[in-house]
Amino acid sequence: MSDRTPRWVGTDVPRVDGLEKVTGAARYTADLKFPRMLHAAVVRSPHPHALVRDVRLEAAARVPGVRAVAAGRDFPFHVGIYLKDQTVFATDRVRYVGDPVAAVAAETPEAAREAAARVEVEYEPLRPVFDVADGLAPDAPLVHPDLGRYECVPWITPQAGTNICNHLKVRKGDYEAALRRCAHVIEHSFSVPQVQHVPLEPHVSVARMDGAGKLEVWTSAQSPFTVRHLLCACFRLPHGDVRVVVPHVGGGFGGKAGINLEPIAAALAMKARGRWVRVMVDRSEEFYAVVVRQGLEATLVTGVDRDGKVLAQKLRYLWNCGGYGGYGVNVVRAAGYTCGGAYEFPNVWGDSIGVYTNRPVGSAYRGFGMQEIHWALEQQMTMVARELGFDPVEFRLRNCLGPGKSTVTGQVLDEHAGRVDLCIRKVAEALRWGDGRREPYRGRGLACAVKAPAMPNDAASSVVLKFCEDGMLEVLLSGIDYGQGLKTVAAQFAAEALDLPFDQVRVRGLPDTDLSPYDWQTVASRQTWATGNAVLRAAESCKRQLLAMAAQAFDAPASRLQLAGGRVLDPETGRSLPLARLAMGYQFDDGHTVGGPVAAAASFVPEGLIFLDPETSQSPKPVAKWTFGCQGVELQVDPETGRFTVERIVGCYDVGKVVHPGLIRGQTYGGMVQGLGTAVMEELLLDRATGRIRNASLTDYKIPTTEDVPQRLEAHFVETPQADGPLGARGIGEHTMIPTPAAIADALYDACGVRITTLPITAEKVLAALRAKAEGGPAR
Amino acid sequence: MTRRITVRVNGVVETADVDPRRSLLAFLREDLDLTGAKEGCNEGECGACVVLVDGKPINSCLMLAVEADGREITTIEGLARDGALHPLQRAFLRHQALQCGFCTPGMILTAAGLLAENPDPTEDEVRRALSGNLCRCTGYRQILDAVLEAAAEMRGAVGKEVVR
Repeated sequence: MSDRTPRWVGTDVPRVDGLEKVTGAARYTADLKFPRMLHAAVVRSPHPHALVRDVRLEAAARVPGVRAVAAGRDFPFHVGIYLKDQTVFATDRVRYVGDPVAAVAAETPEAAREAAARVEVEYEPLRPVFDVADGLAPDAPLVHPDLGRYECVPWITPQAGTNICNHLKVRKGDYEAALRRCAHVIEHSFSVPQVQHVPLEPHVSVARMDGAGKLEVWTSAQSPFTVRHLLCACFRLPHGDVRVVVPHVGGGFGGKAGINLEPIAAALAMKARGRWVRVMVDRSEEFYAVVVRQGLEATLVTGVDRDGKVLAQKLRYLWNCGGYGGYGVNVVRAAGYTCGGAYEFPNVWGDSIGVYTNRPVGSAYRGFGMQEIHWALEQQMTMVARELGFDPVEFRLRNCLGPGKSTVTGQVLDEHAGRVDLCIRKVAEALRWGDGRREPYRGRGLACAVKAPAMPNDAASSVVLKFCEDGMLEVLLSGIDYGQGLKTVAAQFAAEALDLPFDQVRVRGLPDTDLSPYDWQTVASRQTWATGNAVLRAAESCKRQLLAMAAQAFDAPASRLQLAGGRVLDPETGRSLPLARLAMGYQFDDGHTVGGPVAAAASFVPEGLIFLDPETSQSPKPVAKWTFGCQGVELQVDPETGRFTVERIVGCYDVGKVVHPGLIRGQTYGGMVQGLGTAVMEELLLDRATGRIRNASLTDYKIPTTEDVPQRLEAHFVETPQADGPLGARGIGEHTMIPTPAAIADALYDACGVRITTLPITAEKVLAALRAKAEGGPAR
Repeated sequence: MTRRITVRVNGVVETADVDPRRSLLAFLREDLDLTGAKEGCNEGECGACVVLVDGKPINSCLMLAVEADGREITTIEGLARDGALHPLQRAFLRHQALQCGFCTPGMILTAAGLLAENPDPTEDEVRRALSGNLCRCTGYRQILDAVLEAAAEMRGAVGKEVVR
C-alpha cells in the first residue's frame, strides 16, 4: 500500500450490513424456509449426575407425525474441539441437568414435543459434584471415569482418575525464595459464578442428508469450517460430503463458537434421510442446556518489597467447568498463560485448573476467562496497594507490563506490544484521579485488562477477492459478521488497498464451506487483524494484475502506474482507465485481449508462535498479540439500601489503529454494559437439591436494559501499531468487558469502604457489608 | 379448526384462516414470511418480536393472530415508505445503533410507537420506553442517541442543539 493518508481506514463509512438490518431484510437461520422441514425436540436429563440404564424409543416413534428418533446407542461418537469428552447424546451417563439423551423429529413442533415426552429413560442417580472443592476432594465421584481414554490435543492435560480436565502450570523465577525477601505478603480470595451469554437469537441448527449422502447444515454458529471439521470427525464423514452455511447470527459472545446443536441436527437428519430437520432451543434451554461461562474460585498471594514492587506472585485459579470441558479446557489454558494480567511479576507460581462438575457446560464467553481472572487480580492489586498505603494508580504503573518487560511466560514485549501505562494514565486523567475530591458515598475506581487471542498456533483466515464486469470488487470471506463489523472493516481494507470508492466493494455472504474460503473461527478478537491481513495481501495481488494489464494498454512500465479512485492512472501522461475496462482483461482496439478476470486468494497465519513448556509454561512467544486497556468507574451508593448507580464508565485501549470509530465505540460501549451485567446482576442460580438452574428465563435472569446504562460511557484509544496488524490494528472485541467488574468493585470500596469479592455485586451484599462495617466487623 | 381473519399488514389487506392458538408472531413469520419480527424468548421478555398494532408497539409473541382481526399492523418491512427509510432507520445507521441486528426491528418499532405518542421525549423517557427491548451487543448508548436524533429530525428540529 502506498504511504498516503488512509482514505477509508479510520473513517465512519456506512456499515455494509446496515441497510438489511434496519429493514428486516437480514435473514437469520430461524427465518429461512426449508421445504417440508421437520421440527425436533430434545430429551434432556432431569438429573445432574446419573447412569443411563436404558433408553426406550418405541412409544415415541409411534406418535403420529414422528419421522425420526435417535439416542446415544445410534451415535456413540465423541465430539469436542480440544478434548473429545462428549457424545452426541449421553450413552452411559448424564453429567448435568439438560444433558441430551435422545431427540425426535416430527412434522410439527407439537408432535415432536409429545414424542419427546414419551421417550422412556431409566436413570440410576449418582452423587453430584457442584463445586470445585467437592470435585477436587479425594473421594469425589468421577464425572468422567473414562477421562484417560478421550482423544485430546497435546497441549491440554486431562488427569485420568480425577475430575481435572486441564491443568496449566506457570513457573517463572523462584517464587519461594522471592517471597522470603518480601516486606509484605498479602493473600485474598475471589469468586465468579457461572453466567450465560444471552444472545438475543437462541441457538438453532437445520440439517439435511440428501439421497446421495451429502450432509448440509445451516446453523447459527461462529465458524462454518470448525463446525464442518468437528461434524466430520464425529460422524466419520469426508469433508467433501458436508456443507455448512452460516446465515446472519443474532449474537454469539463465544456461545456459538465450536460446535453446539449441529451434531443433534445431523443425527436426526441421518435418520430422516432427505428431510430438513430443525433443532432450536427455547429461551429456557438456552440458559442451561447449551453452554454457559465457567465459574472461578481464585486465591492470590502477593509479595511486595518496601518500594511497592511486586517480587513474588502466586495465583491459583480453579475453574468450574461443568459437565464437559471440550472447549472450556482452553479457557483454563488461556487463564494460565495470562495469569499475571497486565503486570510484570519476576517470580510466579501459577496454577490454572479446570474441574469437572455436574453443572451446565462451561465454554467460550467474550473474554475467554479474562474477565474472571481480572476480577481477582485487579482487585488484588488495588487491595495490596491500599493496604500498604500506595496509590493504586502509581502501584499499577510501577508494576505494569510494557516494552522490555517480561510476561509470566517469559515473553519479553517489544515496542509494538501496546502500552497499558498510557491507558492507565488516560483513564486516571479522565477520572481526575488524585484530585482529593470526596463526596459522601461516591467513589472512583479503575482496573486494567489484557488479553491475547486464545487459539491454535496455526489458526488461519483466508479471503478471495474478485472483480465484476463493471469494476465492482467482491470480497469472499468466512469470518462471521455478527455485529462487530467484520464485513465493513474488510471492505475498508479492500477499498483502501485498491483505492476504490467505498461503494464499489461488496462483501459477500453467506459464509459457506462449499463456496467461501477457509477461516478457522470468529473468536478471540482475531478477525479484524487476521482477515484484515488476508484482504490486504489479496488486494496486493489484484493490484499487480491490474497494473500489469494497464502497463500493456498504456505501453508504460507498471512501476509508474497507480490505482486512483477506481481507475488505473499513468501520472506522467495523465492517461487513465476505469477498472471496468480491466476487470475481465484488457481488449485493445483491434480486438486482441491481454490478461483476464482479476481475482486473488490470500491467507494469514500468525508467525513464530512457540508452544508453552509443558512444566513451566515458559515461551518466548506463546500468543500472536496482546491488547491492553484500562477502565475507570464512578458510582454513587445509597447507604440505606445498598443499591448503587454506576454513573460513568470510561475506557482506554491500545488498539494499534482505530479502523472504524463508530464501530469501535459500539464494541466498547457494548462490552462495558455486558461487563456491567456480569458485575451487578448476572448469576446462574443452582438448586443444590435437584441440580437445576433456578433462574433459566429472562424474567429471573436479568441482563442490562436501557435503564441500567450509565449516564456517561466514554471510549478512548491509544494507537501503538501492531507489527503484524493490518495498518497496525489489533483486536478489541472482548477486551471491553474484561475490567468492568473489578473497576466497579474498587469504586464501591472508594465510595463506602466495603469490599465485595464474590460476583455479582448485588445491593444485598453491599448492604450486609455496610451493616457489618457499622457494627465494627471487617470492612469486607 | 381455524378462524378467518382479515388484517391490513404494511398497507396490504391479508385474509387468512388461522389456528386460534397461533400467535401473531407465528402468523407474520410463517404464514406471511415477514421474518423481521424475531422470536427471542416467546414470553414477552425481550422485545425482539415487537410490531405496531394500530400504531402501538406490541410483543407479537403474546398476541394471538385472531386478536389482530380487523387491525392495522406495521412490521419493520413496512416502515420504509416508497423506498425511503424512516428517520429512525436512517438514524440507527448514522449512529451505528445496531450490531447483530436481531433486536433492531423491535427496537426501531418500539421507538416509532414512542415518537408517535411523544414527539419530544427526554432521554429518560426514551430509556423507559425501550426498557422492554433487550440488546446484548450495543450497550444501548448509540441506540438512545439515534432515537433522540430521529425525534429531533421528525419534529423538524434538525440542526438545533439536541440536549441529551
